[in-house]
Amino acid sequence: MSETAAARRPKVFGLVRRLPEHLTIWLPLLLAAGHIVSFSLWTLWVSFTPSTLLPEFGWVGLHNYTAVLATRNWRIAFDNLLLFGSAFVVLSLLTGLGLAILLDQRIRGENVLRSIFLYPMAVSFVVTGTVWSWLLNPGVGVQKFVNDFGWMSFRFDWLINRDMAIWTIVMAAVWQSAGFGMALFLAGLRSVDTDLIKAAQIDGAGPFRLYRRVILPTLWPITVTVVVIQLQFAITTFDLVRALTGGGPGIATLLPALVVYDFMFQRGLLGRGAAAAVLMLLTLLAVLLPYAAWRHVQARQAARA
Amino acid sequence: MRDTTFTPGRILIYLAVWSLAAAWLVPLAVVMLNSVRTAEEIVQTSMIGWPEHWAWDNYRTAWADFCVAQTCAGIRPYMLNSALVSIPATIISTVFGAVAGYAVSLWRFPGDRWIYGVVTLGLFLPQQMRLLPWTIVLRDVGLINTLTGLVLIHSIQGLSFTTLFCRNYYIAIPRELIGAARIDGAGFFRIFRRIVLPLSPPILIVTVIWQFTHIWNEFLYGVTFTTGQQQPVTAALIALSAAVADVPQHGVQSAAVMIAALPTLLVYLLGGRYFVRGLTAGAVK
Amino acid sequence: MSALTVRDVTKQFGSAEVLTGINLDIASGEFTVLVGPSGCGKSTLLNIIAGLERQTTGTIEIGGRVVNDVPPKDRDIAMVFQSYALYPSMTVRQNITFGMECRNVPRAQRNEAVARVAKLLQIEAMLDRKPAQLSGGQRQRVAMGRALVRDPLLFLFDEPLSNLDAQLRTEMRMEIKQLHQRLGSTIVYVTHDQIEAMTLATRIAVMRQGVVLQFDDPETVYNRPANLFVARFMGAPPMNTLSARLEATSDGTVAVIGGGETVIRFPVPAAAASWIGRQVVLGIRPECIAEPTRYFGDAPGATVMIAALVEVIEPTGAETIVVLRIGDERALARVSPDLHYRLGETARFAADTRKINLFDPETGDRIA
Repeated sequence: MSETAAARRPKVFGLVRRLPEHLTIWLPLLLAAGHIVSFSLWTLWVSFTPSTLLPEFGWVGLHNYTAVLATRNWRIAFDNLLLFGSAFVVLSLLTGLGLAILLDQRIRGENVLRSIFLYPMAVSFVVTGTVWSWLLNPGVGVQKFVNDFGWMSFRFDWLINRDMAIWTIVMAAVWQSAGFGMALFLAGLRSVDTDLIKAAQIDGAGPFRLYRRVILPTLWPITVTVVVIQLQFAITTFDLVRALTGGGPGIATLLPALVVYDFMFQRGLLGRGAAAAVLMLLTLLAVLLPYAAWRHVQARQAARA
Repeated sequence: MRDTTFTPGRILIYLAVWSLAAAWLVPLAVVMLNSVRTAEEIVQTSMIGWPEHWAWDNYRTAWADFCVAQTCAGIRPYMLNSALVSIPATIISTVFGAVAGYAVSLWRFPGDRWIYGVVTLGLFLPQQMRLLPWTIVLRDVGLINTLTGLVLIHSIQGLSFTTLFCRNYYIAIPRELIGAARIDGAGFFRIFRRIVLPLSPPILIVTVIWQFTHIWNEFLYGVTFTTGQQQPVTAALIALSAAVADVPQHGVQSAAVMIAALPTLLVYLLGGRYFVRGLTAGAVK
Repeated sequence: MSALTVRDVTKQFGSAEVLTGINLDIASGEFTVLVGPSGCGKSTLLNIIAGLERQTTGTIEIGGRVVNDVPPKDRDIAMVFQSYALYPSMTVRQNITFGMECRNVPRAQRNEAVARVAKLLQIEAMLDRKPAQLSGGQRQRVAMGRALVRDPLLFLFDEPLSNLDAQLRTEMRMEIKQLHQRLGSTIVYVTHDQIEAMTLATRIAVMRQGVVLQFDDPETVYNRPANLFVARFMGAPPMNTLSARLEATSDGTVAVIGGGETVIRFPVPAAAASWIGRQVVLGIRPECIAEPTRYFGDAPGATVMIAALVEVIEPTGAETIVVLRIGDERALARVSPDLHYRLGETARFAADTRKINLFDPETGDRIA
């Protein structure tokens, strides 16, 4: 017995001596990991309770979910998300790729141009949304500007048009984040093996064919990454809509994140809000899980090669 | 390899890329110009126009006199709030993220992979999933409607990004360096201070820029957990727009928007290279 | 005195066993080289000795003290790494004194130690430079300086020369050998280069797949390899390994190689008698097959003349390597560069039979 105690003492002593070290490692990591896990479970739990203004115990099963899914707000928000998400992702991808290819042509002032296309990423969506709301406002924005030039019949009133308002959000979002795709694509273009390009040129490929057949095919892993990140952004969009349309006109530009906020803090229906948040998370997982699986397969293949 | 002479094709490329760039600059130009135009002038013409007489006064009004909600102190108090949240939260999350990234990349301890995996999940977890628990936590510890509450939130949530950034950077440090230092008798903190930290400025700049920009620009938590005089500037801007909806003050509002955007724009202009690195580093998770 | 004892050490990574029952006993002043192909576990073993990794089971003793639970800094060791592992933000001087700084050695004493080591390694001129400003060879010296300044019980070298170009590597190899001879320190040295092992070691441990196959002085490892792997791994070009059949004759046991017209008979040691009538693998080093005028000693049957077909001729300058065909087998011979063989001719060669080794074709173990 005494022998084991003696053998154990240095270990215990070591633990105490290394306490500050353990605290600095574990405390932040546990706080970060702990809040992610517990907050997710917490919200999940609330989504199954009849909570209104305050969290309540009790179990209502999927009632909150069916209720949320039945509301007009959620249906509009989700339809908007599908339209906004796909339009935004496609347009910002194409814009980003186009910009990257243009900037890849050894042009003068590349750094300045790159800074110009990326600066919106440094600014708050609240700021850019506000500015776009002015520009797109028919009373003071582009429409008025063109009207003042004498073209009185010119109309550009998407912001107050129920059917077109969602496109103003697409526009602002593409403007704001196309630079992100550009930065990633440009990095990808720059990392294409120059021997590959030389070989293609010796084979007689012109610039168009060079891009289409040789360079762009190497970019598709980056494309997937860009699509996933942009989708993630689209699904959680909140600030931009709040600043640009406020969800209007009426509720024409609602998105899921606004519905969650509305349920939780404006109507005081925490259970519904939590259910809507979980639905958002599920939408996100529908994008992220296939992506994670794809990354896993890629890593496996890379390891085997 | 690629020619740099001006052939018609290349002129076309220059034309395309610079007109796109001009289009990208329109919103910035518009808000800059409007920030020195009077409200009357804007209403008479439109948001798009050259200032007839330069109304520099807009900035003074926006900064110190403007009325948001019931108080008329301009956006100065809100700018101060944003600074009081962004700066401490950036420092705290960067410091702890650096140590955590150092620990998970260069040391082995039980559960390290597992806990790092969970922390990185935080990059994907939407804020809406955390809103409700934060509300309750902040209320229970008495930090609702305080700047300290926002600092707490951003410090903890920021750890996902800061740990990831630092870990991905430190993983490139040869393990042999740590082995050599351990044989030399250096411990966890001394190795961090003497060997890892001197190698860290690039990633710390990336992390600080990223965190500061994100926290400064953040809106949802600001508007949810604070009201009135405690709000950060993003939330105040929305409140301002709502307050003047009937009688728009586009000149002064533009000045306020410029002031609110200035800190992150300055950071971007000064540290653009590091900003882009943060963007791309965050993408390759 | 035993400087280092490794007893029954195993190491598992998950379910993979990277070290299996390692036992080494190293005396003070010995220069032990751990050699083997990459992935054989030699670096893992070195890291375990250093305390940078922990063995799954087994014991490490340094200077007669069990150090299983002793952290690296208290094991009285110094280590030179493959990448040199110089602290990039510190000057050469700070690199060398960092260990003393950690142990709170007074400044005067530190300076004295640096001066001594810098003189020994001729790096005085670069003490205030950063590692990035040094050439590969200079970095190597600094890394050695950092180890030497500790004056430890045990030096550990982890492939210290593998990042140098060929010429510098030869120079540094010589210097390391001189340092060992001068300081009489105990060294455990890991390399995958069998020439380094042969030139430096007082004893070589040949490793493969987590097992020490042979632990002997260089001469024994080279001339009496414990098995076929060691035979083929040590020496360049490697030992010829030919399939042979043992027969009893009036002159004793002989190994018969080839068939039909080209049959060669080598006398083999009596110890192999129990294998008479069975297939074996016969190992003969290329330098043991040479031009017919070569003299291999007076012992009866030491030199056997053979005839073989010349298939390939590779002159290297100092000697010429000739690829021979003996029946279905191929063998390399190292002949004098002054002789000019013709491709396709059947030529005569002298073979040294004193250093023939026989191996079990199934297990690869040495028979005699």
